Amino acid sequence: MTISRDAVLHVARLARLEIPEGEIARVQEDLGAILDAVSKVSELDLDDVEPTSHPLDVVNVWGADEPRPSLSREDALANAPDPEDGHFRVPAVG
Amino acid sequence: MIDTLRLTAEDAAGLLERGEVSSAELVAAYREAIAARDGELHAYLHVTDGEAEGDGVPIALKDVITTRGVPTTAGSRILEGYVPVFDSTIASRVKEAGLPLLGKTNLDEFAMGSSTENSGYGPSHNPWDPERVPGGSSGGSAAAVAGGLAPWALGTDTGGSVKQPAALCGIVGLRPTYGSVSRYGIVAFASSLDQVGPLTKTVRDCAWLYRVTAGLDPCDSTTVELPEPVELPEREDLKGVRIGIPRELNDLEGIEPGVRGRVDEAIRLAEELGAELGETTLPRSVDYGLPCYYLVAPAEASSNLARYDGVRYGHRAEGVDDLTALYERTRWEAFGDEPKRRILLGTYALSAGYYDAYYGQAQKVRTVIKDEFAAAFRDFDVLLSPTSPTVAFRLGERAENPLAMYLSDVLTIPPNMAGLPGLSIPCGLSDGLPVGLQILGPQFSENTLFHVGHALERAIGFDYVPERLRA
Repeated sequence: MTISRDAVLHVARLARLEIPEGEIARVQEDLGAILDAVSKVSELDLDDVEPTSHPLDVVNVWGADEPRPSLSREDALANAPDPEDGHFRVPAVG
Repeated sequence: MIDTLRLTAEDAAGLLERGEVSSAELVAAYREAIAARDGELHAYLHVTDGEAEGDGVPIALKDVITTRGVPTTAGSRILEGYVPVFDSTIASRVKEAGLPLLGKTNLDEFAMGSSTENSGYGPSHNPWDPERVPGGSSGGSAAAVAGGLAPWALGTDTGGSVKQPAALCGIVGLRPTYGSVSRYGIVAFASSLDQVGPLTKTVRDCAWLYRVTAGLDPCDSTTVELPEPVELPEREDLKGVRIGIPRELNDLEGIEPGVRGRVDEAIRLAEELGAELGETTLPRSVDYGLPCYYLVAPAEASSNLARYDGVRYGHRAEGVDDLTALYERTRWEAFGDEPKRRILLGTYALSAGYYDAYYGQAQKVRTVIKDEFAAAFRDFDVLLSPTSPTVAFRLGERAENPLAMYLSDVLTIPPNMAGLPGLSIPCGLSDGLPVGLQILGPQFSENTLFHVGHALERAIGFDYVPERLRA
């Protein structure tokens, strides 16, 4: 199956990945081959089957609504590439 | 003189108990072994130095297990230099048990792969033959244990990432029941599948480490209290155990004759030990398991990996003056090929217009797989098959072909989709390389798996020290 250049660019945009111009064709080919393989799931007629999203039958796990210590501001910023005045600094939203 | 290649964790605990060796001496012995052999194996991404905390048997942790103050990279350049400010629940439990940390082990980037060749920091090598892969994604943990660079280690298993490297390196690996071990602080890949599991030299060591790590954690709402305590196995017979041989997991095209041969011998041994054998079938689980996995896991990965954006931690692209462009460039330049491939695939499978045909359909296939295993377990206590269709392959052999690499996990993926536990134990050699036997059971049947694994381990008598390293 082929996946169009536009479809690849659309998905890349959704996934926040900037594919360089020279690599788009390779990505098209790569994704197409894998989609061919995984499309096998459509061979099965599963109209009456319920989906499984989670392998254990666990529902509604509640936690007590109690305050507890969390990360300090200093710790939260410890790995930031560009912290400033207790915040994460980023470029302007274009 | 401590023989780190042969010493089991249980042996080491015995030496400590009798006061014949100190924990610090054990740590020193493993550090010496690492200094001597890790240049060749590259099992570790980070080795601790100085005084190690704890008075017990040292351990190595896969580098997706968050360790406070110790670098945690998930094998990715996007987390280069990241030093966590908190401990995962698993790291805390290991500390509470007094197990000193030897270091963090190599893996395929974000645990995506079956050979460690996808690591952003270079591959690990198989201690049985350094020209071959140790399997993956927990290949560094497997190589460390098999190569005498750690008495035991923890890995994570999403599609087979503990079981398959254990098989390829001739050691024991457990993928526990989904929900039995906390993932709080484990770098997430596919959250409906990820589990933390031990890689050890013996089944008893494996049960012991599982006991240290398993159980309810309020920080991970998918965990539950174990229905029964973990027992260290002792019985060496299999009387009364009903063992099923699923045709599709044993007859699949692509299983090497040498692998099939060793597994058949183990099955015959099980019968001699008193087990009742029977054939069973998983008609769709094996054919459709792999495509199902390669929709579900990338879909979940595309969501989990959205957090790497160059803002709060990790790599950030330079010279970008727009926020969206910063995200896009940071992610393209610092993720390796496999995470990018899976993010794109997963985003596609979840996107409007394709969701029902891909992700929705895959979730229904998952129900089919779950039901097929449940039916098999009505007649049998455990199921046996090879863990990996092949022995360790050569570095580079599958690296350029993602679909060939994906097939490495064709036998481990189906039970994982159903949340089932699986134990891999070595059952002999083919062409001088280890073969793994996969022992599967229903959810929370770990004690049964340990019993069967231990009995077979004793009967098989496999020597886990790689031939070329034997004194």
